[in-house]
Amino acid sequence: MKISFNINGASQSVDVDKNTPLLWVVRDVLNLKGTKFGCGKAACGACTLHIDGEAIRSCSYPIQLAEGKEITTIEGLSEGDDLHPVQQAWIEEVVPQCGYCQPGFMMATAAMLERIPNPTDQDIDDNIVNVCRCATYYRMRKAIHRAAELKSTHS
Amino acid sequence: MSNQMKQKNLHAIIILSLIATVSITLANNFTNDTRIPSPTEITTYNKTASEEAFTKMMKVLTHKRCVNCHPAGNRPLQGEDSHIHNFNVLRGPDDHGVAALKCKSCHQEQNNDFSGVPGAPEWALAPLKMAWEGLNRVEIARSMMNPENNGGRTLEETVKHLTEHKLVLWAWEPGIDAAGNPREKPPVSKEEYIKAVKEWAAAGAIIPEK
Repeated sequence: MKISFNINGASQSVDVDKNTPLLWVVRDVLNLKGTKFGCGKAACGACTLHIDGEAIRSCSYPIQLAEGKEITTIEGLSEGDDLHPVQQAWIEEVVPQCGYCQPGFMMATAAMLERIPNPTDQDIDDNIVNVCRCATYYRMRKAIHRAAELKSTHS
Repeated sequence: MSNQMKQKNLHAIIILSLIATVSITLANNFTNDTRIPSPTEITTYNKTASEEAFTKMMKVLTHKRCVNCHPAGNRPLQGEDSHIHNFNVLRGPDDHGVAALKCKSCHQEQNNDFSGVPGAPEWALAPLKMAWEGLNRVEIARSMMNPENNGGRTLEETVKHLTEHKLVLWAWEPGIDAAGNPREKPPVSKEEYIKAVKEWAAAGAIIPEK
């Protein structure tokens, strides 16, 4: 089945089985390896990307639903060399340990900040529920608050 | 036989014929008619039929495939044991989740056999006013028929929701879980359920005492 959509600002068409998870189209067909496979059942959040600005678990998203949608992966979060406030904050707070789950966390955080510009700790607990086996949650919390500061300064 | 006797017999035959005609008409009304009868028309016969239809309907509406998304709190239920939804998933202000963790973050318009995540159009929680968790079948039915709880739906609108809404009918196509195990369906077939809902409504939507 041929599916057309925009990804990271560029139009793209793929011809794959209509039920193929978007994750595998992104990684294996489009060679964008930043989005990770974690659990494969929409539980851990490592595969989180944006579809029309919403945080979506791409391992549970059949490609046929992507027709005409605007998709953003971690590779498209920044504007060229200008890092997204979430990326900048992640660097400042030295968040990652092994790093595998971090793109999913960053995409979920970026989606949250669009709707909740100054999140409280409770907002973070309620919205960012991805899983990190290195337990970098403490540093992530600091980075999320820092990202909110950076974003408000930029805008 | 005298003329007077013949006239009396004729009157008796006419009266008996009229009674028979009225009885047949009423019986036909209660078996074929889908209009909602007035309380005075509700006979012992259709009360029994109504209760049977109610029982069948409520076997579905009290099933986990329905109640899991009608929780009494702010967290959905999931699974065959109706446990609280994993990963701190919340109801959110519009019953569709919170800012970066909406229902549609994981649940799409169709079941996903790769991830085992169920899906249907308009996947969401029922409003808190329509919480069914912990209620018995009579309490659920009373809540469902109360316009203050059901979003002001008329009986006809309630019947339409119960028998046509794709999210409700998903209960008979619940898909498989992440381990590939089929989810349990309600104990009444979809066709029987739809028929029961319509029969119950047509007989006056009477909710039994227990």
